[in-house]
Amino acid sequence: MRVVVQDAPFDFGHEAQAFARGHTSMGAIVTFTGVVRDTNEAPLEAMEIEHYPGMTEAALTDIAEQAISRWSLGNALVIHRHGRLVPGEMIMMVATAARHRKDAFEAAEFLMDYLKSRAPFWKREITSQGASWVAARDEDEAALERW
Amino acid sequence: MNVLYFAWVRERIGVPRENIETSAATVNDLVAELRAREERYAVAFADTSALRVAIDQELTEFDAPLAGAKEVAFFPPMTGG
Repeated sequence: MRVVVQDAPFDFGHEAQAFARGHTSMGAIVTFTGVVRDTNEAPLEAMEIEHYPGMTEAALTDIAEQAISRWSLGNALVIHRHGRLVPGEMIMMVATAARHRKDAFEAAEFLMDYLKSRAPFWKREITSQGASWVAARDEDEAALERW
Repeated sequence: MNVLYFAWVRERIGVPRENIETSAATVNDLVAELRAREERYAVAFADTSALRVAIDQELTEFDAPLAGAKEVAFFPPMTGG
């Protein structure tokens, strides 16, 4: 299991390859990547991601450990960036490795649902019209109930 | 006790962290003390249902006891991912 919180960009291809390597008993690798999108009425200039150093790493580790204990996983990876990102940049990725795809898919969805609402990150969108904090969505909180 | 603020809570209060001498028994008691201090706290803590709290970096509830706590953090609902 590996949890990384960093401001620097990461190389998705390299990370996915490195994660997949060395799991010869694993038949399924699932990866998810979140990208800064520009869907605002005013064009998005940047997204600033604030985090809570110390608690962020602990919360992500706890979430990854829960995934490993609930599903039959060979490994799990969570990378999440903070700082200033521009549209098109990758914010984060999760990866899961399991013998079978169901465990890998479900655990990846669980990781995503939990880190959206339980990992201490806050997004602020910067546009030509000004800056605003991204509000949490009720659907994201409700998504936790299925687990 | 170290008290930390993040995102718009930090912006409204104007500092990211401060050391507070308090004998508050619970998080709610601490919030009441802060609200009574100055307008900027009253504004930041106007609606605690719009906030989350962590004691010593673990999410908790506003009625949680503060006994032994070293660090309390206030922030809006998280928006990771």
